Amino acid sequence: MSKSLIQAVENASSSEALVKAVWALSNSQSEEAIPTLIKVLGFNNPGAAVAAVEGLVKLGDVAVPTLIAQLDGYDYGARAWAIRALSRIANPEALEILLDAAANDFSLSVRRAAAKGLGELRWEKLSPEAREEAQQKALETLMTVAKDEEWIVRYAAIVGLEALAKTVFATEIQAYLQQRKQAEPDLTARSRIRLAVGANGDSN
Amino acid sequence: MTVYDAETAIAHLNQKEDLSLRYYAAWWLGKCRVRDQAAISALLNALEDEADRSPDGGYPLRRNAARALGKLGDRQAVSRLIENLSCSDYYVREACAQALEELGDSQAIPYLRELLAGGVEAAQQVPGKPHLVQPYEAIIEALGTLGASQAQAEIEPFLAHSVEKVQLATARALYQLTGEDEYGQRLMSGLQAEKLPLRRSALMDLGATDYFPAADAIAQTPAENSLKLIALKGILENYLPNEKQELSKEAVHLLELMDSLL
Repeated sequence: MSKSLIQAVENASSSEALVKAVWALSNSQSEEAIPTLIKVLGFNNPGAAVAAVEGLVKLGDVAVPTLIAQLDGYDYGARAWAIRALSRIANPEALEILLDAAANDFSLSVRRAAAKGLGELRWEKLSPEAREEAQQKALETLMTVAKDEEWIVRYAAIVGLEALAKTVFATEIQAYLQQRKQAEPDLTARSRIRLAVGANGDSN
Repeated sequence: MTVYDAETAIAHLNQKEDLSLRYYAAWWLGKCRVRDQAAISALLNALEDEADRSPDGGYPLRRNAARALGKLGDRQAVSRLIENLSCSDYYVREACAQALEELGDSQAIPYLRELLAGGVEAAQQVPGKPHLVQPYEAIIEALGTLGASQAQAEIEPFLAHSVEKVQLATARALYQLTGEDEYGQRLMSGLQAEKLPLRRSALMDLGATDYFPAADAIAQTPAENSLKLIALKGILENYLPNEKQELSKEAVHLLELMDSLL
């Protein structure tokens, strides 16, 4: 069944037909669809990429090894969508990739997707020792990324820190965000800090 | 290897031998927001350049100088940019209108209005060129941002111009000038356009307003997340009444939408 759905994606003759075909393949929830869905991330078609990411996220953990193996080092558009999928699947196997992407990728859409994902990994899948080390790394990286040169990457790091604080390091993160609130030059990012620290009143 | 820095860029812009070095330097000074007096003076001189000409008679260096001056935010540039609104090169006029919008000086209003002379009837395509006789999109957007309510009656007919981007620019300006919902709705309907470039335009136009009702439609329109984030940021920042106050329900909703697009 999924053979014909894959064929439909390969043969789509217009942008609209492609988006439709990718949604159909995504909804099939077939493991065979994974490589094709990943390929679609590089088609430079936002509608089709959204559909492919949704399919990959619904497949979940089984898609992680292929997503990691196929991560495109040359096409940053495709890489941003793949990182977004890994972030949403939230399997901690992606930790190293997300740490590197958040701190070092030249593309801001990759850095921001990774920063958000770092806060939301399913830590419980790790052994207690591995978990502690992983969370510590995520915290350190997010604190660095919260000073990125691009406002949207800092914004994503705030979102990541807020999510991480729900599991661990709540006090440190609260204190760190209070401090960033003073230093943050961008109005939108500063508003996001206010939302995160719950200082939605006048406390400084 | 020497490092390319502000000093180098200013020196490159001030020399006359190598035109490509000048062209690059003007762009670089704007990109890096070099606000020294020496940079401003060099760019103002470049706005009078006669040496760098494109095959069709355009002034590439002037275009880059105007764009840079818009980014540098120094009002010394206003009168020279106004003079260049009558430059023979369409792209210089466009860059000047955009720069004057960025500088936010209402002195420019009467000169921008002059470029609308003849109204929609005169706003035709130049034969053999990919543009209209004037950069209407940039002119109308600038008038909206500069709060030129006196120009409202001249702007309004452009809602029916045949070029859709001009229609969107007009809706944007009229929304900025009047705050009326019908113009916000018109911009929002641009998000449904079939062509991606038009949806991108609508996103940028909405980001210049505080039209909160478009927020969910922005998040859902098929376009790059980066552009949607910029549009939502624009609405949020135009919308936030006062940073000392509590974040409103609307502001929180905008932030949540932005979170979902990271």
